[in-house]
Amino acid sequence: MTAAAAADSRATVDAVYRTESRRVLATLIRLLGDFDLAEEAMHEAFASAVEQWPREGVPANPRAWLVSAGRFRAIDTLRRRARFDASLADLASRIDADSQAAVDSDGVEDDRLRLIFTCCHPALAPEAQVALTLREVCGLTTEEIARAFLTTPSTLAQRIVRAKAKIKSAGIPYEVPSRAELPERLDSVLRVIYLVFNEGYAASSGTSVTRKELSGEAIRLGRLIAELLAEPEVLGLLGLMLLQESRRVARTSPAGELILLENQDRTLWNREQIAEGLALVQRAFASRRLGAFTLQAAIASVHAEAESAAQTDWWRIVGFYDVLAELEPSPVVALNRAVAVAMRDGPHAGLALIDAILADGDLAEYHLAHAARADLCRRMGSTAEARASYQRALALARQEPERQFLQRRLAELP
Amino acid sequence: MKYMLLIYMNEGAMNQAEREQCFGDSTKLCHDLAAQGKFIGAGPLHPVATATSVRIRNGQRLVTSGPFAETHEQLGGYYLIDAKDLDEAIAIAARVPPVSKGTVEIRPVFELAGLPTKT
Amino acid sequence: MKFMLLCYDDEQAWQKAGQAALASAMQEAVSLCHEIAAKGQYLTASPLHPVATATSVRVRDGKRLLTDGPFAETREQLGGFYLIDVPTLDDAIAIAARHPGAPLGTVEIRPVLELAGLPERP
Repeated sequence: MTAAAAADSRATVDAVYRTESRRVLATLIRLLGDFDLAEEAMHEAFASAVEQWPREGVPANPRAWLVSAGRFRAIDTLRRRARFDASLADLASRIDADSQAAVDSDGVEDDRLRLIFTCCHPALAPEAQVALTLREVCGLTTEEIARAFLTTPSTLAQRIVRAKAKIKSAGIPYEVPSRAELPERLDSVLRVIYLVFNEGYAASSGTSVTRKELSGEAIRLGRLIAELLAEPEVLGLLGLMLLQESRRVARTSPAGELILLENQDRTLWNREQIAEGLALVQRAFASRRLGAFTLQAAIASVHAEAESAAQTDWWRIVGFYDVLAELEPSPVVALNRAVAVAMRDGPHAGLALIDAILADGDLAEYHLAHAARADLCRRMGSTAEARASYQRALALARQEPERQFLQRRLAELP
Repeated sequence: MKYMLLIYMNEGAMNQAEREQCFGDSTKLCHDLAAQGKFIGAGPLHPVATATSVRIRNGQRLVTSGPFAETHEQLGGYYLIDAKDLDEAIAIAARVPPVSKGTVEIRPVFELAGLPTKT
Repeated sequence: MKFMLLCYDDEQAWQKAGQAALASAMQEAVSLCHEIAAKGQYLTASPLHPVATATSVRVRDGKRLLTDGPFAETREQLGGFYLIDVPTLDDAIAIAARHPGAPLGTVEIRPVLELAGLPERP
């Protein structure tokens, strides 16, 4: 074989690693019943590929080849270790006896879905669900995840080790939940995905590159689930993420300053993402089973369709917030609704609502509530009140771009 | 897999009538589980006021009255079950009558080889 | 009388003591069980996986709430239990004192309320 051909098949292995490694891992976890053993087996399978493919040619079905190579490697490993721990010999024989049908099963995509449900199991701590999903399903390294969540790799690694130990010894199943359990379990999965998305979308410190990748991963996960399990809320969440992502370029100035929705240059919005998001929202609505993600996506779609803030259909937005507040009452939803009412009926109407929400106390320490109040006072020309509220918001805000934005607004007051 | 379900509840949370109702419902649940081969054992415990704690320090036996730790909810009973996986254990825990007032902690049992079988 | 012996240990203390110490303590506990079984006092016993594997379940307003971890964070953690049938509390204390974890932790003895009508142990 020529050097060029060898380099060629090496490139093939790399390409297969990128597209197939997570699928191979998901199937090996099902066959071996153990995350660590599966991960080890997957790496050994790819190592064998690097060695054998240049010599013997790339197999017709690389994924099946890798799964089967990984499985044999795992059986070898278990037999080797069985010299010290007799129970492993039984396990090796059991895996060895698995029918070829189980190995070849074309339900490979089901394996990925199983993996997501296992990683997002509600018996795991929420931060562990996020870390495990990014590590096992998305294949991010511990260092990458740690950087994105502003924590140390060792803390993160420990979190993952602990979660895997719980999966194994507490018997967290590796399966797609039954119909009866699906709503609760899907909820947990969608929450994890949206959390990952928001980590990547919220303008905060941390290297912006990693952050953007997180949103990309969340959208990829959303697409995967939408493909395998087209529940309305899955479509709603994917639509919501795409509609928010479509504004990414427009929401910060080249200097990194935050630009509010009403001031964004709408020609910068990504039309392709908007079209896809709108279609998803429509499909979710067609089911007539409206969930919180679908409603938020519907609100985002009204913005996406408007030529400017002034031309936005605020009646429809307030209407969606009404349904959302009914479905999932929360002070934050009430606050967003108040802002929409201010846009529809004028700042006085919104201010009365915001003051009532602040008086309830839940959002007294929430900087965006004070920032929203300040904005309405500014529009009404109540400069002193606006200043007091901007200052209160500034005292509570922690993210740098938001602080800069509030400082700018304060400076602009007459 | 075997799981221990530990039932924590404020001992004052139920009156006598509710307690009797709870015992009746629990007994029924145990029979349901037994019919499915998932029951190993279960039992309410006498109140923590009857607890005794034993420690050995420097070879000396220290016996004190009361539980290991004071908590605002107390261990009031246990179930030992044989379930397919954690999801099944959770489903059973959610059917234990006191779960709506207290907390059920699910602990996977470490299967230690060589223990005596039931006498 | 039936008693539940709840064995609380500091998991980290065992970690420091090492794998060999833990394995030998487990063997000691197995022998203790056989000894009480010979006297007809043994019902069941078992170690539990570490508290990191615990899941807590609550039901409020008909909704199931799951949390990762034990009911309460304590300095020592429930690491195992014995269920025994002995004539008096003193017999239970004597067995508790022989639990290999007693020097490192606490054994809490709780009398079991004998509820009529429970199914037979399998």
